[in-house]
Amino acid sequence: MTVFIILALVAIITALGMLISRNAVYSALFLVLNFATVAVFYLLLGAPFIAITQVTVYAGAIMVLFLFVIMLLGTDELEDTDNLTWQRPLAIGLAVVLVVEGIYLMLSQNTLGFITTPSEDLGSPQAIGDMLFSKYLLPFEATSILLLVAMVGAIVLTVKNKKGEQS
Amino acid sequence: MNQADFYSLLPIIVLTTWSALLLIVDLFIDDKKKGITAVLAAAGLALTMGLTLSQTGQTVIGFNGMVILDGFSTFVNTLLLFSGLMAISVAYGYIKRRGIERGEYYSLILFSIVGMMLMAQARDLIVVFIALEMLSIPLYVLAAIDNSNAKSEEAGIKYFLLGAFSGGFVVYGVALVFGATGSTAFAEIAASIATGNAETLLVLAGAALILVGFGFKVGAVPFQMWTPDVYEGAPTSVTAFMAAGAKIAGFSALMRVFATAFPDIAVDIAPVLAVIAALTMIVGNVAAIAQKNIKRMLAYSSIAHAGYILMAFAAFANPALRDDAISAGIFYLVAYAITSFGTWAIVISLEKEDGKGLAIEDYAGLGRTKPLMAAAMTIFMLSLTGIPPTLGLIGKLYLFRVVVEAQFMWLALIGILTSLISAYYYLRVIVIMYMKEGEPETVSESWLTFTWGAMAVLTVVLSLIPASLFAWASGALMK
Repeated sequence: MTVFIILALVAIITALGMLISRNAVYSALFLVLNFATVAVFYLLLGAPFIAITQVTVYAGAIMVLFLFVIMLLGTDELEDTDNLTWQRPLAIGLAVVLVVEGIYLMLSQNTLGFITTPSEDLGSPQAIGDMLFSKYLLPFEATSILLLVAMVGAIVLTVKNKKGEQS
Repeated sequence: MNQADFYSLLPIIVLTTWSALLLIVDLFIDDKKKGITAVLAAAGLALTMGLTLSQTGQTVIGFNGMVILDGFSTFVNTLLLFSGLMAISVAYGYIKRRGIERGEYYSLILFSIVGMMLMAQARDLIVVFIALEMLSIPLYVLAAIDNSNAKSEEAGIKYFLLGAFSGGFVVYGVALVFGATGSTAFAEIAASIATGNAETLLVLAGAALILVGFGFKVGAVPFQMWTPDVYEGAPTSVTAFMAAGAKIAGFSALMRVFATAFPDIAVDIAPVLAVIAALTMIVGNVAAIAQKNIKRMLAYSSIAHAGYILMAFAAFANPALRDDAISAGIFYLVAYAITSFGTWAIVISLEKEDGKGLAIEDYAGLGRTKPLMAAAMTIFMLSLTGIPPTLGLIGKLYLFRVVVEAQFMWLALIGILTSLISAYYYLRVIVIMYMKEGEPETVSESWLTFTWGAMAVLTVVLSLIPASLFAWASGALMK
């Protein structure tokens, strides 16, 4: 429980830090920290596979891409222009409503009994592998074709046509 | 995995392998001879069509209930493969002329058809979603394939952003349905709803979100905003494929999902679908009147036709009419695919560099200079309106009959009234072709001429003997 509370605080603070920070690189680094904390949450919930995926895919690969793009574009500092002036008060209002609703539900229900604890090995890599190669074999294979198509598509779009070269 | 699994997906497996190999073979084909790639792609489609037809009348469930091979999937897949052949036929000369000829063009069309066929065979919401992405991603790329042209890029990015957005709706819907029923397999969802174990509100919300996602794909109001811009900006050969292929796949998935996964909430959903159908017909037909560009006009016309097909869903609430509604729907898809490919082939014949030759006024004088082409265009316009002797009329007759039998008189009335409105802008094309003076320049390419010629003949001949085609469509039942 103590671990959870400390982690929860870290997660909330990093999430806020990501939103508030005016420097895009700081924002991205806050997001990495946030992803890492969420990964530990998954571990606490007994889902080691998702935890590792969270770290390798999100905190690792995707964040590196984010940082690459930020640094390539060179938009480290955000200018303080807000085109949607009505958006901020509305967002804050909605967030307050959501928090109050959440607290009310938690207090009135007292427990989170409607969430049943899954069996011990549900989230283990072995169980997920078994599922992927038996019941979900077809979606798994189809996804590989999907990724191939996306890759071909990305390459096609980056290579200019002959017509473009001439002009 | 056993033989039945492979057999249930045999055409798809063959076509996937073929398109992957085509990517490699294409590397060894000289840039000036990309026509060979087109021929190879067409050969792959023809082979797959043969395999699909050889499976007629069989029912096989494969891959742990993830996919099914049945009469419905055989029929829809044959139609999809036909659309693929036509898409290659209209693209063959056009992309060469526009300087956007690439071997990948044909591979991407094949991959898109693989996704569409998987969609028609899906029996699980996860497969539906993967198939949806697999058919969409090649379409996004194809829409933007003329990447030195700003309009084509705009079309690609618009289609991609809105498509990704609508894909998100489908995933949310799937998650809600899974949360309510504990399964993503159609049969188990239906069983869970029937026994009353599922939270009805969650199921309804999930079904509504899935409907929104597919509404985007088929261009139903109020999710139609992208259609005119994307249809206008994309290279015309891509638009032709998009108009037919994406619609067929989207509607077949909608029919399959709502007939086999949500039969027990059809009563709740049918009125919603009826209203969407009515709005789609009204908006599509009224907006088409004001269009001066033929591609935009046909885009709005495709929205209107999505509305007509959606009428079939209104009859879903009555279980006795469900099979009739499905066969009327897929019959209309056949009629629309044939007519629309013919129309697009003629549009491509008149299109010139830099998007010129696309105004409806540019068709002036076609009746005198190219009497045959004008006659074919007349047939297509009549078919889109629903005037005899064309396939469009027969398709509408079957649809209206089902709608009237389902006691949706007001919907049938709106359908007839909007058809009358549509007569204005379709017939205007005919009037301009024959009554106005002009010197339209056309391109004659043998495959293009073949496409519009063959489609015109099919539109008329099939309308004279609709019973055999309709019998086939009626036999295309879901198991």
